[in-house]
Amino acid sequence: MSEDVLFQLKHVSKGFVKGKEKISIFDDLNMSIERGDFVAIMGPSGSGKTTLLNMLGGVDQPTGGEIWFDGTRIDSLSESALTRWRAENIGFIFQFYNLMPMLNAQRNVELPLLLTKLSKAQRRKNVETALALVGLSDRAKHMSSEMSGGQQQRVAIARAIVSDPKLILCDEPTGDLDRGTADEILEMLQLLNRDHGKTIVMVTHDPAAAKYAKRTLHLDKGQFVQREIVA
Amino acid sequence: MGSLIAQILSVTLMNLGSLRRRLWMSLAMVLASAVVVAILLAFLAMAKGFEETMRGAGSSQIAILMREGSSSELSSAILQDQVNLLSESAGIARSANGPLISPELYVIVDGIKKSTGTEANIPLRGLNKTGMAMRTSMRLVRGRMFTPGTNEMIVGEGVLREFSGFEIGKEVRFGKNLWTVVGVFSTGGNIFESELWADIKIIQSHYNRGSSYQSIRLQLDNDGGLGSIKETIAREPRLNLEAQSEREYFASQGKQLQYIATFGWVISAVMALGALAGALNTMYTSVADRAKEIATLRALGFSNFSAFCGTIAEAMVLAVAGGLLGSLAAYLFFDGLNTSTLGGSFTQVVFRFEMSPDLFLQGAILALAIGFISGFFPAWRAARMPVIVAFRHAA
Ligand SMILES: Nc1ncnc2c1ncn2[C@@H]1O[C@H](COP(=O)(O)OP(=O)(O)OP(=O)(O)O)[C@@H](O)[C@H]1O
Ligand SMILES: [Mg+2]
Repeated sequence: MSEDVLFQLKHVSKGFVKGKEKISIFDDLNMSIERGDFVAIMGPSGSGKTTLLNMLGGVDQPTGGEIWFDGTRIDSLSESALTRWRAENIGFIFQFYNLMPMLNAQRNVELPLLLTKLSKAQRRKNVETALALVGLSDRAKHMSSEMSGGQQQRVAIARAIVSDPKLILCDEPTGDLDRGTADEILEMLQLLNRDHGKTIVMVTHDPAAAKYAKRTLHLDKGQFVQREIVA
Repeated sequence: MGSLIAQILSVTLMNLGSLRRRLWMSLAMVLASAVVVAILLAFLAMAKGFEETMRGAGSSQIAILMREGSSSELSSAILQDQVNLLSESAGIARSANGPLISPELYVIVDGIKKSTGTEANIPLRGLNKTGMAMRTSMRLVRGRMFTPGTNEMIVGEGVLREFSGFEIGKEVRFGKNLWTVVGVFSTGGNIFESELWADIKIIQSHYNRGSSYQSIRLQLDNDGGLGSIKETIAREPRLNLEAQSEREYFASQGKQLQYIATFGWVISAVMALGALAGALNTMYTSVADRAKEIATLRALGFSNFSAFCGTIAEAMVLAVAGGLLGSLAAYLFFDGLNTSTLGGSFTQVVFRFEMSPDLFLQGAILALAIGFISGFFPAWRAARMPVIVAFRHAA
């Protein structure tokens, strides 16, 4: 395994049981993601993009095969070990932001830091840095209900990076935003990848969004397929 | 560890912060818990007040004697000869006028309750000078003492409060006899205040008791005391009496109403089951309502234990808020409330509901139990919430 490989999927299969039917989504899926990569994952609806992202993030388990992250096999970790692993290594960005509506921006961003040993003062400093990075220093005390979709997603990005995770996973991060706002968010992700060395995996339907990534993987019928990008 | 507490604390605060979204359900849970706790406290306060009244009534320096096998004065009978025999016993305190021994009569008369307008029993006690002198806590509040040999009586403050027609100067008819109220007495809040007192000779003749009595009260001396009295009774076959200290007697009468406390617990337990059903529903709804937030926190790395604790804590806060509300209501409505009930001897005993810290503690325990049980299963569900819920495409 190369030093630079952060993520590796070996012969991963995944199926669901729906009633009496068994649905197979992946059967022998293989891939690796290198440190510092920015990967877009595209594919038709129902092709398993979210399922794949969930397995990478340790919130869903494969039926078979192995998932390795930075030298650790994560698919066999216990629930609580996996929870700690997520806290240390993964930042999530969701399509619908998933901010806590009863907390202001600052408190939302602080959440992952409550899982660390940082002091209150250090937490405050890190939160300020993260909010500054997404350009929301002046909105620290605002509630999410008082913010636009783009602003909420920027708070969510600040939350995803505040504990300095190795990997950021995004599921349709711009799916709920207009073009202009989407571009701002995507530029921000690009900046995090380029200037801060974050590895990013992003699921998207949008070819324009995928262009911000370093490379794009097309998922279809449970396999990655080569595809000409039609602009 | 510090991180775990921080997690639990922040999850709990977030839950409470989201209560507004489930305002009415949450209030219903608070209210149900309040009602259950208030009802429990009402029963407990009643039992407690009764017990206190009965306990306060007795002195350990006074012995009360009744016929063997009689559990109360009403079913007892004692003859003049027995009184005479007993007067010679050791263990009785003496004054210049002889032994402090008071044979007493105890009959039941009817009165009209102010609260309901219905008839209820009141004890009418006949005593002599010695009997009066032995009741050191007795104080005339208004009017004067009855004159021996006349149809005059004095009334306890409790009777005056609960029954109509016993004001000073009023004439009261019991059977074919007309009595006049000449005074009001207090005995410091204990059971004697629920009685009417008159001259024993007059009651003996009005109620055809000849020279018989129902109980004997005597002041114990500091040497042999109750022990000497019991020895005398054991030695003398004509004294088929039982002796106990007045304190023991009233305490045992007071215990008879402990079933009220038990009954209160049973009633509240049944009602608590109903409250629990509602509370469980509230908490399951809460977990469903917060599903996406719970799953998101789990995705960020919050433990499932914090999701569990946060839910339990929410249930506890709601149930305990209800408990506090119920306690406050019970305190405002019931503490110090006067009431009367059938005593051990089927007469009206006037007493106050009495709240005390240990009753509130019992109420708190009930509220905590409601909170814990109604929180436990929903909390379990919260802890088992699949994290992928966070990615569901429903906003
Ligand atoms: N928990 C589940 N139980 C049963 N089937 C599931 C479950 N989760 C996903 N699936 C099925 O797996 C397939 C892939 O779902 P997934 O959400 O990964 O697709 P997707 O590529 O993200 O689609 P979209 O573009 O619509 O988000 C779908 O057919 C879906 O119905
Ligand atoms: Mg999807």
